[in-house]
Amino acid sequence: MDISLQNVEYRYSVGTPFEHLAIADVSIDIPSGSYLAIIGHTGSGKSTVLQHLNALLKPTKGTVLIGSREIKAGRKEKNLKGVRKKVGIVFQFPEHQLFEETVEKDICFGPMNFGVSEEEAKRRARAAIFQVGLSEEILEKSPFDLSGGQMRRVAIAGVLAMDPECIVLDEPTAGLDPRGRKEIMDLFYRLHQERGLSTVLVTHSMEDAARYADEIVIMHKGKVRKKGSPKEIFSVPAELLELGLDVPEVVRFQMKLEQTFSTKFEKVCLSQDELTDMVASYLTGRTSL
Amino acid sequence: MMEKMIIGRYVPAESVLHRMDPRSKLIIVFLFVAVVFLANNLWTYLILLGYTLLMAALSRIPARFLIAGLKPVLFLVLFTFFLHLFLTKEGEVILEIGWLSIYEEGIRQGIFISLRFFLLILITSLLTLTTTPIEITDGLEILLGPLKKVNFPVHELALMMSISLRFIPTLMDETDKIMKAQTARGVEYSSGPIKERMKAIVPLLIPLFISSFKRAEELAVAMEARGYKGGEGRTKYRQLQWKNTDTMMILLLLAVTALLIVFRG
Ligand SMILES: Nc1ncnc2c1ncn2[C@@H]1O[C@H](COP(=O)(O)OP(=O)(O)OP(=O)(O)O)[C@@H](O)[C@H]1O
Ligand SMILES: [Mg+2]
Repeated sequence: MDISLQNVEYRYSVGTPFEHLAIADVSIDIPSGSYLAIIGHTGSGKSTVLQHLNALLKPTKGTVLIGSREIKAGRKEKNLKGVRKKVGIVFQFPEHQLFEETVEKDICFGPMNFGVSEEEAKRRARAAIFQVGLSEEILEKSPFDLSGGQMRRVAIAGVLAMDPECIVLDEPTAGLDPRGRKEIMDLFYRLHQERGLSTVLVTHSMEDAARYADEIVIMHKGKVRKKGSPKEIFSVPAELLELGLDVPEVVRFQMKLEQTFSTKFEKVCLSQDELTDMVASYLTGRTSL
Repeated sequence: MMEKMIIGRYVPAESVLHRMDPRSKLIIVFLFVAVVFLANNLWTYLILLGYTLLMAALSRIPARFLIAGLKPVLFLVLFTFFLHLFLTKEGEVILEIGWLSIYEEGIRQGIFISLRFFLLILITSLLTLTTTPIEITDGLEILLGPLKKVNFPVHELALMMSISLRFIPTLMDETDKIMKAQTARGVEYSSGPIKERMKAIVPLLIPLFISSFKRAEELAVAMEARGYKGGEGRTKYRQLQWKNTDTMMILLLLAVTALLIVFRG
């Protein structure tokens, strides 16, 4: 299922003194099975963009295409359940959405709202709890007796159990420990690869954007500033730094290296291995830097 | 989803009302609540309406916004109107539809009482729209000051009030967020049968309660950690200033009161 935003504008609180233009003229294509990362300074409109992807917000101008469904500014939309079933959103701090007595019930909540039978929902709950790296016993516990990290995983399992075709992640790892962070990000990447799940990730971690995404969109002050592959985006570090963003550590290291030895490698490396190979071949090619 | 509500919200602007001392605004609102009951005929209601509209104009809050924001309570006003319309059985019968008959007095009562209700809501909204919660609390604390003599916990009350007022917008934001999260999980808040919508309240309220309790606890700990102790001996950072405008505005309301007494039937 392809999703596409076409010249989307969104204003909060239209018609009040609090009216606020959050995003303007945003066009983004998310082809089926792609992995898109959205980066940008805080307040640049990333979360606002995300909420258009399953029609939680309706554009005040422009069009959103979700599969065959068209959502146009100024039109009343009904029956959006179909869209929401296909696009699952993991919000910032999703643990705030937990409410059921047991973890199992909470995970089943989403699927059952979309008409899945109780047995099937329970089966999915079991599968999802394993996917997020928790054990089966937790299903019987109250979600409020869990640690913050466990609650986060349960909330994510609740979205996975909806079996969406596209998953939208708003800083899913904020506030987790480094290992938990990596586990969660690897989980989403695995789902993306194994099931061809389209993935949209909002992140402040340039490492994650570089490692996982096929395409990166930079948002700045409510507009799309730049789009491109990770290589293209991180090959001009100066531009990112100017926008108050960072570059992955590997790229920063490469910059320092190039500066120190006043040289320029032919390409920007996004992983340690790549950089090691490059430096190695450079060293064997020439005897000294 | 809740962004249009204006009750309890402060709208920053430059206006006479914004610059007034919260004490005078509070006095005016209390006085107004009493004065409203003086009106009992067309002229007196027109005077009240005129006064309220003048205040609304002085607040410099866009009319469009005021109207949109008051819409939710307009329902209550209409409800009051129909209640009186159908239940008053005095005066001449104006209209009869089947078993339902509408009396002249019913129309009169309906219009007057719902108008009275509307004016009260508008004036109190203007207070909160033009005064920050902190100012309101400071004002109240001073106005109620004399009650301390009879051991009434004025300061504690004011603190409680300012904390609740402070957290209204936070709670609204939170409600919006949780509603969105549950909507994404297939709950429908804006359409569907009433029964379903009632059920949809649970996944909204539980997370809200939990986060409110958590926040209350954190706030209490933070205050304790900083050695908060209210009441006696605590100095104030903000000093209130009574200005000429404040006196004038109170005089204006007194003049309106005098007019009402003259014109009431
Ligand atoms: N509910 C709302 N009402 C009014 N304005 C809002 C609301 N939500 C966001 N905004 C405003 O819209 C702009 C974009 O906000 P958004 O949440 O999309 O930013 P973001 O890029 O997700 O930031 P962050 O990285 O901090 O999450 C901000 O200026 C913000 O103040
Ligand atoms: Mg955000």
